[in-house]
Amino acid sequence: MPTYIALTYTADVDWSSPEQADEMAEYREFGAAARAVIRGGSALYPTATATTVRVSGGKGGDVLTTDGPYAETKEALTGFYLLECADLDEAVATVAAMPAAWNGAVEVRPVIPL
Amino acid sequence: MLTGDAETAANAAQQVVRAERSRILATLIRVTGSVDLAEDAAQDAVLRALQSWPRDGVPDNPRGWLLVVARRRAVDLIRREARRAGKEAEAVALLDPASDSPEAVRDDLLRLVFTCCHPALSLDAQVALALRTIAGLATAEVARALVVPEATMAKRLTRAKQKITQAGIPYRIPPAEELPGRLTGVAATVYLIFNEGYTAGVGDDLIRVGLADEGLRLARLLVELMPDEPTALGLLALLLLQDSRRAARVDVDGRPLLLREQDRTRWDRAAITAGVELVGGGLRRTPDQPDRYVVQAAIAACHALAPSYQQTPWDAVISWYDVLLTVHDTPVVRLNRAAAVAERDGPAAGLALVDAIGGLAGYPWFHATRGELLYRLGRADEAATAYRAALALDLNDPQAARLRDRLAECGPASVRE
Repeated sequence: MPTYIALTYTADVDWSSPEQADEMAEYREFGAAARAVIRGGSALYPTATATTVRVSGGKGGDVLTTDGPYAETKEALTGFYLLECADLDEAVATVAAMPAAWNGAVEVRPVIPL
Repeated sequence: MLTGDAETAANAAQQVVRAERSRILATLIRVTGSVDLAEDAAQDAVLRALQSWPRDGVPDNPRGWLLVVARRRAVDLIRREARRAGKEAEAVALLDPASDSPEAVRDDLLRLVFTCCHPALSLDAQVALALRTIAGLATAEVARALVVPEATMAKRLTRAKQKITQAGIPYRIPPAEELPGRLTGVAATVYLIFNEGYTAGVGDDLIRVGLADEGLRLARLLVELMPDEPTALGLLALLLLQDSRRAARVDVDGRPLLLREQDRTRWDRAAITAGVELVGGGLRRTPDQPDRYVVQAAIAACHALAPSYQQTPWDAVISWYDVLLTVHDTPVVRLNRAAAVAERDGPAAGLALVDAIGGLAGYPWFHATRGELLYRLGRADEAATAYRAALALDLNDPQAARLRDRLAECGPASVRE
């Protein structure tokens, strides 16, 4: 069965703060309902905590770090799920039940098995 | 050089191959689980048929012949792959002859239709895939029909097929509860193909006959596959009724003619009769919730059956538009309804409705309709401004020429620029 990653793009919120408790409860509810296909996933701390890393001049070169996410976008990458579904239709139906689908958008990508 | 007989034989072979290709392909995709592999195998069988049939005659069961050859090729390809990947089992499974019953073939073709028109694919990709795999056009023909360089089209098709495989777009007929919604998507793709041919978007041909014919062929196929689905019936009815006017749509110089200027004796009566019957069939199957395509076809039927433009039943046309708005409320539908109201109640009533529609500033026919109504109201300067706005947007050359003529009729003051 193919595995998909579902990347949630929403307002850049702090899921660990008490203000997000209600929405976190919604995610827990979703997680319970979709337990059969969820293989992993996490909420992410806000993009303010992100560090972007590059190595200049090829492998072994200088490590450059910048403060912040790779791309500054209106809606930020705020979490991900790994889903094992029969096909894209099942993945889309699963993702459509995530709160992020109506609070933002969810990108679904097939994962290459390694 | 082929002799006359050999040429006839070659043509016969080509026609049978063309008719059967999509069915073989559909079955092979189910059996192999890969569009690429299936295309490869189908292509091989088609080439062999085109070599041997003109010489030996078309076999009694051409589909069976093609399927056997294609299957053999698919097994070869999988074996070769399997040796590399070390998995022989898949090739063996292929040798198991799947059912060749008419129902199985129909279901395979339906799966192919719903996969090619899957909503996770872009509309461009859906159109290209439908023309390539269901209608069976060569990549070069698809490219020419859509006015895209062949290399671009090849890339678009490859990407679409990759997405089907890698993203796991299912090869399956949607379950009953999803079918109406998915079928509407399929119909939209087929309608786009027809319409792209019927009113070529840009360029010098008003009617790109090839695409209109492909659209009709696909719509016929949908009715054949789903004879009780109102959307399929409505779509074919709509296309037949629009296409019935093909011969009358342009004058001798290739300029487009409006409905009221067309010679109705040149309309295709057989197509109109078939279209009207399909509308009836569609309406009988939708007693509660009207289907959008059936209603659009009903409007086209009102025009097709009117003996002259003056005798168009505008009350009926406007009522059908009201029905259409309940299931498909878009600015373009509102614009068309306003144009019908203008015919019944006069240009002022129509213009008031047109001016109340938002979101059509980028649509040339919004400005052209305003121009026409303003012109009829004797407001030539405003009409000229509206025509200029229409001409600043994308139109095909004959349509633009027509609007420039109208602009010139708005009076000398308006042609200054």
